[in-house]
Parts: sequence; C-alpha cells; structure tokens
Amino acid sequence: MKGRVLVVDDDPALSEMLGIVLQADGFEPFFVADGARALEAFRHTRPDLVLLDVMLPGKDGIEVCRSIRAESGIPIVMLTAKTDTVDVVLGLESGADDYVVKPFKAKELIARIRTRLRRVDEAKPEVLRLGDLTIDVAGHSVRRDSQTIDLTPLEFDLLVCLARKPWQVFSREVLLQEVWGYRHPADTRLVNVHVQRLRSKIEHDPENPELVLTVRGVGYKARDDSD
Amino acid sequence: MFSALTRRWRRSLAFRVVATTLLAGTALVGVSLGFLLVRVTNGLVDANTSRSIAEANVGLASAQQVVLQASESGPPPAGEGLADSIMNSLVSGIEQGADFEILLLDGSAPSGTELPERGTNLVEVSSVPPDLRSQVQSEGREVWTYTTIEYVDQPSQPGLVVGALLTIGTDTAYEVYYLFPYGQLQGTLDLVRSTAWITGVLLVGLLGLLMSLIARHIVLPVRQAARTAELLRAGHLEQRLPVRGEDDLAALASAFNDMAGSLQTQIRQLEDLSRLQQRFVSDVSHELRTPLTTIRMASDVLYERREEIPPGLRRTSELLNDQLDRFELLLVDLLEISRFDAGAAQLETEPVDLRDVARDAVAAARPLAQSRGSRIVEMLGDRPCMADCDRRRIERIVRNLLSNAIEHGEGKAIQVRVAANTTSAAISVRDFGRGLDDEDLEHVFDRFWRADPSRARNLGGTGLGLSIAMEDTRLHGGRLAVWGRPGEGALFRLTLPRVAGQEMSGPSALPLDPTRVSV
Repeated sequence: MKGRVLVVDDDPALSEMLGIVLQADGFEPFFVADGARALEAFRHTRPDLVLLDVMLPGKDGIEVCRSIRAESGIPIVMLTAKTDTVDVVLGLESGADDYVVKPFKAKELIARIRTRLRRVDEAKPEVLRLGDLTIDVAGHSVRRDSQTIDLTPLEFDLLVCLARKPWQVFSREVLLQEVWGYRHPADTRLVNVHVQRLRSKIEHDPENPELVLTVRGVGYKARDDSD
Repeated sequence: MFSALTRRWRRSLAFRVVATTLLAGTALVGVSLGFLLVRVTNGLVDANTSRSIAEANVGLASAQQVVLQASESGPPPAGEGLADSIMNSLVSGIEQGADFEILLLDGSAPSGTELPERGTNLVEVSSVPPDLRSQVQSEGREVWTYTTIEYVDQPSQPGLVVGALLTIGTDTAYEVYYLFPYGQLQGTLDLVRSTAWITGVLLVGLLGLLMSLIARHIVLPVRQAARTAELLRAGHLEQRLPVRGEDDLAALASAFNDMAGSLQTQIRQLEDLSRLQQRFVSDVSHELRTPLTTIRMASDVLYERREEIPPGLRRTSELLNDQLDRFELLLVDLLEISRFDAGAAQLETEPVDLRDVARDAVAAARPLAQSRGSRIVEMLGDRPCMADCDRRRIERIVRNLLSNAIEHGEGKAIQVRVAANTTSAAISVRDFGRGLDDEDLEHVFDRFWRADPSRARNLGGTGLGLSIAMEDTRLHGGRLAVWGRPGEGALFRLTLPRVAGQEMSGPSALPLDPTRVSV
C-alpha cells in the first residue's frame, strides 16, 4: 500500500473513477461527498493526502482546506474547474499545496500525488543551519533555539531546498521542478504563495524577510552567512 | 501675449462674447458720438461766423461813413488823423466786451500815396492768409475765411478773419481785417468733446460689464454641464445637473439629466447581462469539466491497457483518446472566447522582452516543425524589445501564429522577426507555404474559418486560434495584421504598444509586406 488518499468530491462518477485510478496505482482511496462532513472524515480516516474539489455542497472546498490545514500539515491537492486567477490564488492561500485543473489526465494526477507523497526516504542524518534556525532534514523538524516550528511537508521541502545551497539563487521555474516535481512550465504563483506562507512561519518580520530573500527579477535564495 | 489672447478666444465662450460685444459697442458708440460732435461743432461755428460777419459789416459801414465825411470837406484825406478816426469807427458795430482784433493795412495801388497802417493787440500781419489779401484787393467787398491768429506776445489760436477794402481816394485804399479768435467757442467745443469721450468710455465699460455678467450667467451652467458629462464618461453614472427655475438652461439641465438617467439604466442592464453571461460561462465550465474529467480518466485507463483489449476494440480506444484531446482544446478555446465576449478577460502586464517570448514559443513549436520538415529561423536582433504585456497571452499568440505557419508552411522555412521603435514593439511570423488570396485575408480571423474547407485540420487546431489571438491583441491595444499571396506564403505581424495603455504612433517596427523590403 503506497498511501491512503481521501477524495472529497460530490460527483459520484468522478469519485468512482478517481478510486479506480488510485487503486490501480496502489493507493487506498476513501470518499466523502459532502464538504460539511469532510473534516470528520479526515479525522476518522487519517489519510496521507487529500484530493479536494473546490466546488462542494455543504461547505466549499476553500473552507474545507482551511479547516484541515488548521489541524494538519498533510498534503492537499485541489481539483479545480476554474483557471481564473482569483480562484486559484484563493485556493493556494487557504493552504493547498498544489492544484490540478479539470479535465486532467490520470497520469498527471498520479504524478502530482506521488510528488507530494515522496518523502525523503534516503534519510541520511543531515543538519542544516539558516540564520538562527536549525533544520534536521532526516527528522523533519525545524527549531529556533529550543522552539519547534511547525511546517507542512511542502514548506519543509521548500526550506530545505533553499537552505542546502544558500549561495544559489533559485528561479521560480527551478523551484517548481525541485519541490513540486513539475517537468513542464507551470503556474509560478504556486511558488509565490508558498514562499509567503513559509516566511510567515519562520521570519521574525515577514514584511522584511531575512532568511528567505527575494532576488528581484530572478527568484528566491536563502540567507548566506558565509558572505 | 497675442497667442495667449487667441488661446482664450478659442477656449472661452465668455471671453469671446465679451470681446465681441466690446468691439461692436465701441464702434457703435464711436460712430454715434462722432456724428453728434460734428453736428454740434458745425452748428456752433456757423452761428459764431455769421454773427462775427454781421458785426464786422456794421463796423465797416461806419468806417465808410467816416471816410465819406472826411473827403466831402477837401482833397482826398490821408495821414495819421484819418487812420485813427477809422480805427475808432471800426469797433462801433461790436458789442461791448467782445474779443476781437483789427488790422488796418495799406491797400493803395502802387501809384497812390502811402497810408499809415494800424492794428490792435500786436497781431502779426501773417495772421491774414495771402490768398485772402489778394481776394480783398481784387473783389473789394467783404470776404472771410478761417485762419490761425498769430500774436506777438501770446500763443496763436484758431479764429475767423473777415476782410474788406475801404476806398479813400481814386488810387488809395485801406484793407480792413477783423480777426475773431475762437477762444470762447473753443472752450465750449472742448467741453462738448470731453463730455462725449467720457460718455463713450462709460457706455462701453458698462456694456462690457453687463455682457460679462450675462455671459457668466449662461456659461457657468454650460461649463457645469461639460464637467458633469466628463464625470459621467469617467464612470460616475450617478452624476446629475442641478435644475433651477423653468428657463432654457433648466430645460437643458433636465434634458441632460434624462439622458444620463437613460444611459445609466442601459449601462446597468448591460452590466447585469455581462455578469449573467460570465456567471453562465463559469457554470458551464464547471459543469462540463467534471464529466469530461471522468471520461478523460476512463479513456486513459483503457488506453494504458490497450494491449489487453481485443485488437478490434484497440483502435476504438485510441480514437477516443485522441478526440478527447481535441475536445478539451476546443472547450478551453471556447471558454476563452466567451470570456472575451463577456468582457471578463483581464490583463496582467509586466515589462517583457519580446525576444524572450519569441524564443520560448519557437522552442515549444520546434518538435512540431521538425515533424513537418519545417525549419524555424529566428531573426531577433541583438537589442531588447521591451513592451508592457501579459506574457502568457502574447506567448499564446505567437504559438498560435507559429502552429498556423507550420500547418500551412508545406515544410518550408519559417521566419520569426522581432523589432521595436520608440512607441511600439513587433513580432512577425512568415511562412512560404500555399499563401492566402484576397478572400482568405478578409476571413482569416473569423471564428471556425478554414482556408480550404476540403482540407482536414491535421494539427488538430480548433479553428479559434487566430480569433483568440486577435482578441488578445485588442486587449493589449495592439494590432494584428496579415499579409499573404497565393504561392508566396503568408506573414502575420503583431504590434504592441511599448507602454501599456499608450497610443502607438507611426508605422510598426516591422514591415507587413515582405516583398517590399529592400534588405
């Protein structure tokens, strides 16, 4: 069993089809059709990943995403029929790690799910330092002094990617490839939104970041103490 | 100064009205006062002249009497005594206190005795014009003219001179000249003239003031209407004009308000319709996409495992898969077009080097070009061609133009050029394929239009690509132009303003007709 996936979607045909595809790839699917019961189902099934339709009866996908994010850093992939800027940004800001636009191909969806579930299995003991942060890569934890900072796996991956090479400026496209696993050009807003979320957790003053720096016109880089 | 005045003349209605009134008023007042002055002056001068001549005649008659009496008693009189008694008699016809001078000059023939001359108040003899003297000598009776009276010890002044010949003997005579200065008359005339001036200036001034008040009264509401119309244009649809009274301006204001009200209603209706349309597009989008996703995934599952399917059904699964791709593209393009139609498309502009856009689009199109045997030649120049634009949309336009060129390029080379001038930047895509005739050129941007209906769409284009490209270009305030000739290929040229929202002036940075390029 590769992992447990909770499918939150009100369309029975699509849910069933998602189940068939997920099962074929060795995942164990669970289903809930009503947004209002999504959180309860999430607590009950304790999945490794949530597939969440944005348009839901009862409670809309953005709300569901927020309430799941409030109690867990588990990967959330949104299924959206809307490509309009506002909807996508709203979804990402509510805490979704990634999104796929309907209609998507089965392979594309599986690839997105795999990337989000890919844990750093080759967990060699590795400790990184970034400013006053201590990052334990194998232990998946970030500490400031003795205080543990709670990051979602995606935010953690993003931070590790930047902190490993503080001398390098990462373009948004490179980060999409390294962290999100996109092999083709994709939506760079993913990067912008998640850098903001990461900053709000690790920076002393997210308005004036000192750890994750913006390089105008290029991308982002971690603070380099060797300078 | 002059240019400032002409500008005000052009721009201010009130200024024009006041200035015109002032000019016309000045002319009118000038003409009427001038006429009045001439009449008054002539009347006064005429009366004065006839009185003076009458007075002179009385004096002359009594002097003639003196001469007659003197000659009865002896030989032709002469000498100082005669001159003095003539002088005394000359003033007799003139009322007491009148201002006048007399000159008694020797008018004898050259053969006659010389007579002593007399005069009052040191008047110069030159006060009498020589013409008048010769007239007096030849005609004998009294003659008059206007002259300038010159004094020995006072400034000269205008006046009337009346002259006559006073015969003493057979060849001796006196020329008598009465000189009446106009001193008092001049004072009266000066007073009349200055009064006329003051009246004129006051009249014109009052007229100007009155007109500017009237102009303000009319122009202010007109200006307010113009301001309100400007606000309405800027989208403040609730703006109205105040309606005061029941006059013409009030009628203008209420008609204006009615117009604004009806405009507001219509715009609201259109907005509602547009919102409804957007909502509908969004709903259709969602409703269509969900079942399509299921079908898509089902087809994927079948396609992945087509080896397990009996060969007869295998092809079916392949067709299903291919056509789903096409269906998806069509759906995406249709939704995009509806978004344009609903006015819901929005630009996210940033400064972009069009050469980068061209490079990316060419890189994406290269595999397709290679499969068709076309070579894409980039002619991008070595200077950045920056323009404010929505990169995603511009790249989509260029990709569309490229795939169009590949589809119709018959495997020949495709040229991509980028250039910029001061106000615009341009990209052109040229193919050397079957080309376009005049009718093609007219319809090439029409939705679902095909150059040759008998030919299948090999590349699976939706028939909406160029329409979307045109809409994207319009959204940027740019131009998308096409050139083509049968057998010589086609050229599409996209021109964008360098600064978003700014007008493009002059020609595009790239030529449209490639056959006319000198290079």
